[in-house]
Amino acid sequence: MARAGKAATFPAAFLAGVLPAFAADLEEKLTPCLACHGVERQSEIESVPSLGAQPAAYTVIQLFMFREQLRVAEPMNEMTKELSDDELQSIAEMIAKQAAPKPPADPGDPKRLERDGALVEQNHCNVCHRPDFSGRDNVPRIADQREDYLLKTLREYKSGARRGYDATMAEVLQPLDDAQLIEFAYYLARLR
Amino acid sequence: MRAARSRPRNLLLAALAAGVAATAVPAIAQQPNANPAPSAQPPVAPSAQPGAGPGSQPLTSPTPAPSTQTSTAPPPWAQGRPDTPAVANLAPVAPPPIPTPADKLPVAKLKLPRGFNLEVYAAGLTNARSLRVDDKSNVYVSTRLLGRVYAVSDKNGKKEVKTIATGLNSPNGIALHNGTLYIAEINKISKIDNVADALDNPLKPTVIYDDLPSDAPHGWKFLTVGPDNKLYFNVGAPCNICMPSDRHAQIRRINLDGTGAEVVARGVRQIVGFDWHPMMKVLYFTENQRDWLSEDQPQDKLNRLLHPGQDNFGFPYCDGGDIPDPQYGWGHSCDEFTKPIAQLGPHTAPLGMRFYTGKMFPKDYRNAIFIARHGSWNRSKKIGADVVVARLNPDGTVKSIEPFMTGFIQDANYVGRPVDMEWLKDGSMLLSDDYNGAVYRITYGPPPQQVSMRH
Repeated sequence: MARAGKAATFPAAFLAGVLPAFAADLEEKLTPCLACHGVERQSEIESVPSLGAQPAAYTVIQLFMFREQLRVAEPMNEMTKELSDDELQSIAEMIAKQAAPKPPADPGDPKRLERDGALVEQNHCNVCHRPDFSGRDNVPRIADQREDYLLKTLREYKSGARRGYDATMAEVLQPLDDAQLIEFAYYLARLR
Repeated sequence: MRAARSRPRNLLLAALAAGVAATAVPAIAQQPNANPAPSAQPPVAPSAQPGAGPGSQPLTSPTPAPSTQTSTAPPPWAQGRPDTPAVANLAPVAPPPIPTPADKLPVAKLKLPRGFNLEVYAAGLTNARSLRVDDKSNVYVSTRLLGRVYAVSDKNGKKEVKTIATGLNSPNGIALHNGTLYIAEINKISKIDNVADALDNPLKPTVIYDDLPSDAPHGWKFLTVGPDNKLYFNVGAPCNICMPSDRHAQIRRINLDGTGAEVVARGVRQIVGFDWHPMMKVLYFTENQRDWLSEDQPQDKLNRLLHPGQDNFGFPYCDGGDIPDPQYGWGHSCDEFTKPIAQLGPHTAPLGMRFYTGKMFPKDYRNAIFIARHGSWNRSKKIGADVVVARLNPDGTVKSIEPFMTGFIQDANYVGRPVDMEWLKDGSMLLSDDYNGAVYRITYGPPPQQVSMRH
């Protein structure tokens, strides 16, 4: 989290100040977010997720959980603590309109991806997260998310370290082991 | 394990409720003809075995148990989950974390039988779940997702909402006894003594019992105090379908000081509503059944605990009281287990339930059970999301079930989701809605004056 810490240099009060409806353009409103999450909506910082095209309902829930300290990540708890409900909503709607993250240049091992694709389908990740893993409503986009972030998140859901807004991910990961989580992350980070 | 005492009843409530025409009523609509029978809502008689009793109807065609899958072996929670694109829109529905303002609540869309009135009692209670009312008419409201407990009190006719506890671990279950508020979190039971005396500056809850698993799935609880002055609560199955440990899938009771823990029922998947029969002093409870078996099976259940310590309700061997589970049912028969006294529709998620002992509602609601069905997610067409009323025979079995409150599904989407109900001193009903973060009040007779809100 060392590099992610620079988000804290944008005080929440500043962020709140640029958010009212009359404020300037989208780019300006999102500037503090993009400092960590990536100007191309693609995060280049370890363990910091790409946000582009994330469904608004999911983002509102996460921002709310950060604000209420129900999800702990210090920079995000700091950034959200002064935001109103309406501001959470407008940030989420702006993020949903951004371009989706792109897959990495390295295409990955085709044999492994084929095996992983079967594993992902067998576990029906594609049902709630949709066949293209773009998510919907409260279910997040996971397509081409950072591999380290995906794996970290899966492990945290599995161990209970990250409490989802509801217990769905803890429930579905309950019968799976770490080797399978590694393959999910490898596959989902490389969708083309 | 105990054999069936009563027959399951295949109540096709779902289809019925779905067929009810959605007619808008004003927020406070007094319909002059004081006839408690809902004219637009035909009563639902339980279809039981022929000869089951007066008013019974022939059993609808039984659905055969689905065949087991033999190809790939999906993990237990995904057993039976289809691969067709049509299911791509099935996912648990998360309630919005931001409450609906009082003037945007869907009161005009909600329908009640003739003579009943609906008003907003309190809004802004994000994720409002279980309800309890103390003898000063303070209303306690739990949450499942936010770690909070609220208290709504009346200050000169204005409702004030206070958050009296925060940072709790999914404190869905709350109960009141002699002025003490008991709170059931996922991994502990705690209490606040004389809670009403310090709503502005409440004490931190004191833990009385923590010998509990910490699993988040189905870890949230319902809590009640029995006629034996013991606390009763459930420990759910930590999965959709799995072989539970001997610490899961059960109802326990403890003394009010946390001692003397006992398991009083086994084989229960997840419960979010209990209540005690007012005369028979028997525990009745709703039970939610597994996902991904099929669109129309298994049915969620209404159970009663006649033999504490002996009854096993069938999880994970028997689904809905009548279907051997495709994975765990081999070598078992549903007849080994205590049968439900009613089936409440597939995936409808019956949660809060209370016997009506008040005097405001018409006589034929006396000692009937009101049941809040939260509504389905694991089904292509949403059903449930209503309040139904179950009338009982003198022996405590179910005579009939009919819709009481409908309209929470509009254009195949939820506009609200009922969770739990409790009674005010005057016999009126409070009903929580965790989708909107609101509590409604339902009265019978002349419409009440508009309640003003203050937060």
